[in-house]
Amino acid sequence: MEAIEKIKEAAALAVSGAKIEIINSTPTAQQPALLVDREHMYGVAKFFKEDPRFQLDFCSCVTAVDYPAKADKPGCIEVVYHLYSVTQKHGPLVLKVRAPREIDLCRVPSLTPLWRGCEFQEREAYDLFGVKFDGHPDLRRILMWDEFTDHPMRKDYVPPADYEWEPTPHDDTLQRAAQEGGIMPPTAREELEKEKAKKK
Amino acid sequence: MIQPLTEEKRYTLTPGSEGLIETQTLEVSIGPQHPSTHGVFRMDCTLDGETVVALKPVMGYLHRNHEQLAERMVWLGSMPYTDRLDYFSSMTNNWAYALAVEKLTGIKVPERADYIRVIMSELTRLQNHTCVIGFMLQDLGAWGTPLLYAFRERERILDLFEAVSGSRMMCNYLRFGGVRVNLTENDLAAAKDITARYPRFLDEFEKLLTTNEVLLMRTQRIGILPKELAINASITGPMARASGVEYDVRKVDNYGVYGRFDFRVPVGDAGDVYDRYYVRVLEMRESIKILQQALRDIPPGPHIAPEVKLRNFKIPPGDGYGRIEAPKGELGFYLVSDEGGKQPYRYHVRPPSFINLTTLEDMCLGLKVADVVIILGSIDIVLGEVDR
Repeated sequence: MEAIEKIKEAAALAVSGAKIEIINSTPTAQQPALLVDREHMYGVAKFFKEDPRFQLDFCSCVTAVDYPAKADKPGCIEVVYHLYSVTQKHGPLVLKVRAPREIDLCRVPSLTPLWRGCEFQEREAYDLFGVKFDGHPDLRRILMWDEFTDHPMRKDYVPPADYEWEPTPHDDTLQRAAQEGGIMPPTAREELEKEKAKKK
Repeated sequence: MIQPLTEEKRYTLTPGSEGLIETQTLEVSIGPQHPSTHGVFRMDCTLDGETVVALKPVMGYLHRNHEQLAERMVWLGSMPYTDRLDYFSSMTNNWAYALAVEKLTGIKVPERADYIRVIMSELTRLQNHTCVIGFMLQDLGAWGTPLLYAFRERERILDLFEAVSGSRMMCNYLRFGGVRVNLTENDLAAAKDITARYPRFLDEFEKLLTTNEVLLMRTQRIGILPKELAINASITGPMARASGVEYDVRKVDNYGVYGRFDFRVPVGDAGDVYDRYYVRVLEMRESIKILQQALRDIPPGPHIAPEVKLRNFKIPPGDGYGRIEAPKGELGFYLVSDEGGKQPYRYHVRPPSFINLTTLEDMCLGLKVADVVIILGSIDIVLGEVDR
């Protein structure tokens, strides 16, 4: 395939208004990525799939990466697509798209209408990271159970403390039950918040 | 659960007796504890009589968040865990992870280590394909015989794995930049012996199966996957090649030393269950060719790159994707390293059998329940990898 700068130019020409940025990978891996804005992601992906120069007909890998907010920059969730061409046997072209971490705003366009292979992988990204894919035909949890409420692959996920909690009358269990006024133990998150409140 | 009757669903059993007998669709949950699902996998089937009208795969019963476990360990720490992904072919899982890390760090693998990796992964492919065919025949109702023939041969290969790595299935044999221990002359002799015996076993196996009338009747024109859908749905491995997709990562990427060997990529025509069976048989014959060449040419030398540290192993910030042709399809690892670089910041597995399940419904619609079982068997799933 051509150099990444040329690929970027071709995509910017074909999809007017698309903001595309080059992100370099580790130098030894030589898989530079194109960061596309959310509004034009579908158009750019469609261009790469249909243009005879690229013909990226095979979407190999879809995943998400969580970047929590740091002091100098806001956080985001990055969805990464690795595209290959079975016809021309070249690739990968890496497409990235970023969405804010807030659960209501965390939406990106789904590429399942273009590649069926994204179907389960986007469901997995939704399940584990909480990214909502607009236009996905069947966006449900796939690995966790349906009643689960959190997204466990996010960096700030705290697992519940009651994994192996058994409601047998040990000393601390009884004490806790008396304090809480019920038999449900507090989750680790609640405990952490309590500790934080104490420190303040 | 019995579905409420709708006008469209009402029909009569025999023409001429309209309105006499009413039928309705029935939702049947096959699995998760069912021998034909190869583990804890569930299929929500909607049946019209015995015909499948809708089918939704349900997975996650074996989910242990492998990716997060790996993100909480040092880079090498998750190498033994990759064995547990596809527990039939741990050597290739190791290789995919090692390859991704080597892409991120630029470690050069010594020549002998690359040959050892090729030998081990082709032996893995042999035993995986043999067993898959055995299991598929088991699903067809050929109780025991093909599976035990397959297991007899597999045991010889697992004996070699045990001699080399200390474990039959959870080998944990590869390291970044090479392999854990060098192969001795005895190991090479054992590998040569296996390679020399295998064609005879395959001939015997094929004599039993390839032109078997029952097998032909049950598998031909069943579970057809068109070529365009196979590419579009990211189907990889023998399943894609049975549908006519000429794509093999060993040929396309030439990772390791695969560029040096002379082998062909068998491609199917119809894309049905029979083609998936026969492509695997032909692939085993090509694997034997690769093994013969690798065992003939293997050079002496070190088995691991000397500059690779076991302790305090760090990777500079960045990301990369490495993929190999595992027996089940394209197995890839997407790794992200950040500052510090002692642990993966993000560790993602691209599991072939999870993605190959995407088209399960398309292949099963309009067929009978008994066909669903063999179609699932022909996909070749391992739930350790599907659920992670």
